[in-house]
Amino acid sequence: MSTVRIPPVLRENAGGSRSVEVAGGTVSEALDDLFAKHPALRDRVTEDGQLSGFINVYVNDRDVRYRDGLETAVGADDTIILLPAMAGGARQA
Amino acid sequence: MAGATLLPMRDVPDRIDEIAPDRDAPILLHCASGARSARVAAWMAEAGYTNVVNMKDLVSRWKDAGGAWDEPRQLLSPGQQRRYSRQVLIPEIGQEGQRRLLDARVLLIGAGGLGSPIALYLAASGVGTIGLVDDDVVDESNLQRQVLHGVDRLGMRKVDSAELTLRGLNPETKVVKHVERLSDDNVERLIAPYDVIVDGTDNFDTRYALNDAAVRLRKPVVHGSIYRWDGQVTTFVPFEGPCYRCMYPTQPPEELAPACSVAGVLGVLPGIAGVIQANEVFKLILGVGETLAGRLLMFDAMGTTFDEVRIWRDPACPACGEAVVDAAARSTTQQPAQPASV
Repeated sequence: MSTVRIPPVLRENAGGSRSVEVAGGTVSEALDDLFAKHPALRDRVTEDGQLSGFINVYVNDRDVRYRDGLETAVGADDTIILLPAMAGGARQA
Repeated sequence: MAGATLLPMRDVPDRIDEIAPDRDAPILLHCASGARSARVAAWMAEAGYTNVVNMKDLVSRWKDAGGAWDEPRQLLSPGQQRRYSRQVLIPEIGQEGQRRLLDARVLLIGAGGLGSPIALYLAASGVGTIGLVDDDVVDESNLQRQVLHGVDRLGMRKVDSAELTLRGLNPETKVVKHVERLSDDNVERLIAPYDVIVDGTDNFDTRYALNDAAVRLRKPVVHGSIYRWDGQVTTFVPFEGPCYRCMYPTQPPEELAPACSVAGVLGVLPGIAGVIQANEVFKLILGVGETLAGRLLMFDAMGTTFDEVRIWRDPACPACGEAVVDAAARSTTQQPAQPASV
């Protein structure tokens, strides 16, 4: 099992969980297991079966865009980090 | 002596390699009387310098004989030496580093949660000019985290309140107030006079506009963002590391990126993020250490954990990718050569 870290803005789609243990040998399989456990996350993280452009996915500290994308291998001790851009800060328009 | 490099004696061991990397190069040492420079000459000979000459006599005799002379620039006044003594003692700062801080110009986008601790520490440390871009006024709900302001400032413009606080902390720091919101139309004008830009805004249009202008003008941007218990900090150094568009090519929908006023934020969180941002600013000004360029630092105040991920320059980035670099190279080679005197 690897661990998926749920970013704060998506936690309400994951029953409040901060991290979820998932099965799967690739990012794609791991995310499928995540979506099976928390179906509301699917539409937040993917668009038409592909990762949304505004969510970065890291395996440990490496961005999967610069590895094998959704086919990047995931091992039992690996952590998958979902990281959408955060706004936060002073009000400016 | 004209053309000499001024180096305090105690800085010699740390800085001599940088000033005189070639141990066989001819070096002339002098001080006011010839005594301190004699000690340094002996030390340098032991350190392997082979061609060091010490001027033994009083330097006044050199001047009297008509030798070329530049009055050494006083890096710090006695008052500055007292005020900043605790950081001047740090070898990586010293008097020259402090002088750099005093000469530095830093622009903060926002005088709110992130801007407060950043401005306080920059001013306290003697950063010479702090620009503040903010058109908002102090509201009671700000005071839980925006520590530049207080109850006696409610309704006051944040830039005016910030100026009062910073002037009380360090009258030497010049505060430049920009009562406007950053936009595509004013961003280049706002950032052009500054050395380092600090981004503490809460919406993506502003972040992208700032990013693109900063890349064009090659200004480093120290980025911070916060959400409830979580924060992220990184530093974008144009063309040396990734930019904001490399990291996040696509803007998220609004519901995934709510402002503090909607989502809430722990009061101490902008304090943590802002102080880390201030530390990045210091290193950029001083040219020391390793910044967060190419790394995104993430912290979780609930678990008190710090993690980082690597971020890469995207060759296809519309702001700083290969097409932009190629276009810049073409326009440079097409320009006529500039006369050397210009």
